[in-house]
Amino acid sequence: MKQLVILSGKGGTGKTSVTAAFAHLASQGPFADRILLADADVDAANLELVLQPRRLDTRPFSGGQVAVIDADICMTCGDCESVCRFDAIAEMDGRFVVDPIACDGCAACVYQCPAEGIHMEEQTVGEVAVSESRYGPLHHAHLYPGQENSGKLVTQVKERARQQALDESRQLVLVDGPPGIGCPVIAAVSGADLALLVTEPTVSGIHDLRRALQTVQHFGVPALVCINKADVYPKGAQDIEADCLANGINAIGQIPFDLSIASAMVAGEAVTAYRPDAPASLALTALWERVVTCLIAPDATPDT
Amino acid sequence: MRIVVASGKGGTGKTTVATSLARVAAERDRVRFLDCDVEAPNAALFLHPVLDSHREVGIRVPRVDADACTYCGRCAEVCQFNAIAVVGQKTLVFDDLCHGCGSCTWNCPEQAISEQLAVTGVIDSGQTAEGIAFAQGVMNVGQTMGVPILRELKQWTAAPPPVGHDLRGRALEIRDAPPGASCPVVETMRGADFVLLVTEPTPFGLHDLKQVVAIARELGLPAGVVINRDGIGDDAVAAYCAESDLPILLRIPMERRIAEAIASGQPLVEAEPRYRPEFQTLLEHIVAGVNA
Ligand code: SF4
Ligand code: SF4
Ligand code: SF4
Ligand code: SF4
Repeated sequence: MKQLVILSGKGGTGKTSVTAAFAHLASQGPFADRILLADADVDAANLELVLQPRRLDTRPFSGGQVAVIDADICMTCGDCESVCRFDAIAEMDGRFVVDPIACDGCAACVYQCPAEGIHMEEQTVGEVAVSESRYGPLHHAHLYPGQENSGKLVTQVKERARQQALDESRQLVLVDGPPGIGCPVIAAVSGADLALLVTEPTVSGIHDLRRALQTVQHFGVPALVCINKADVYPKGAQDIEADCLANGINAIGQIPFDLSIASAMVAGEAVTAYRPDAPASLALTALWERVVTCLIAPDATPDT
Repeated sequence: MRIVVASGKGGTGKTTVATSLARVAAERDRVRFLDCDVEAPNAALFLHPVLDSHREVGIRVPRVDADACTYCGRCAEVCQFNAIAVVGQKTLVFDDLCHGCGSCTWNCPEQAISEQLAVTGVIDSGQTAEGIAFAQGVMNVGQTMGVPILRELKQWTAAPPPVGHDLRGRALEIRDAPPGASCPVVETMRGADFVLLVTEPTPFGLHDLKQVVAIARELGLPAGVVINRDGIGDDAVAAYCAESDLPILLRIPMERRIAEAIASGQPLVEAEPRYRPEFQTLLEHIVAGVNA
């Protein structure tokens, strides 16, 4: 089984649209009925919006604990407020209360409270789900707004996907990754066989791509780069390709700016299914073939 | 007054709006700009500040004095993150797992633990040519927790202007938020007065916008919307704003020229000066909305 993770560094470069197109293309080729999808962007889970899958199962996800003060026991000494390094405890109208959003769950206050008036409570911070999409099973999750994205939920989505892939001998897990370089990205990258970074030729895209590449390399995962909306700023696209070349990274293709991608999103379809002859669809189809080559034979250099 | 520019979905033009707002505001007011997207800070690429100050920040991790430690295991028992463990005659600390909460230090019966700064990022600060006081938090690659950097960033204070300097205009702080809707976004909004939400009129934009609106509402902050790339996608965002009492304060159409200018690192109001009055009006709407 192979795991391909699609990342971007900067958000909004078209990562999810690329993942959806790959899911569609994979379902047509040699991977038909042998792929499985995982949406690891749990605080902006959008793959579901394009694939419009049928929910099979949803369950709560408890992401750790928060402190709760028992007002009947509390002697309002204020010790808990002074030990909390996360500014999660404050005095309000003469009572000490915990702000569950700010609470990090460290329990330092629990041990400092002289009255033993604080305990920790498990909290539900989101849900994990599995659905059936037209291109294969989809494992996804929803982190409730404002919760901590510690990577645990991402890890769980990936673990569930991997388990099902092993059980059903599916050969490819396509992971739609989160933006940035922090915990959730690290969770999404770990265990992947290959990462495809979708970037755009803007000063921000280039800057964030560098940091995302460093992160992927830090964890020893081979990386490929593709440039979306490449023709909007050709000089930027050239800079990215030169940068990749200098760092031994394969820039394997460009996708032109194409409003079909937005229309496909509105229609709830992968662009390659929605308008197969659109410029973006043609580019994605060529790109997918190169990615497959790299997945099957990691050392192969595709002809670009 | 503190304005947060947030988006939910990445790449909707949050930084474009935040930097243009800052440029226009700086013509009359005293502006302080915080780039709170510590994983992917980009505002400096548009505002070009001279960043002459760099301060390493991080979390306080425990260090165990082997001579004083009795291997009692109390530290491991109180740690909620398995970041400290006693293995035989050794007490090990895993800096990557540590949240820097201090609990082990306070609970060690032998007072064998002291704390050391583990650097997770840096706060760069300086000024732009227009006199905008600028600071950004940059998380180091391979690090996992951005929120401690963000907390430090919010506490950054610019050097005071020289004595006798004319303190004209209002004091405005503009914070460029990270994408998503998890705790760094909450931390960015905490203590702010207004949330400006930048979205695009697509199903992804709408879905992610709703997540950030939920946070703004939870924190009791007034909010308004900027629709960027107006014309692509559908009308669902406008319909949602109408039914949720969210004012649409500005629409920026999808134009290739704008996309090209932004790609090359030009602030929108500089590339397309016709947007200057629009951003002025936007700013006055925000200020009036907060003071209403
Ligand atoms: S430390 Fe305990 S007793 Fe003191 S204010 Fe906090 S909860 Fe109340
Ligand atoms: S558990 Fe930790 S973060 Fe939460 S309130 Fe107590 S001291 Fe603060
Ligand atoms: S609590 Fe203190 S004495 Fe006990 S094992 Fe930890 S460091 Fe050593
Ligand atoms: S500071 Fe907190 S998180 Fe770090 S080792 Fe000590 S108890 Fe654990």
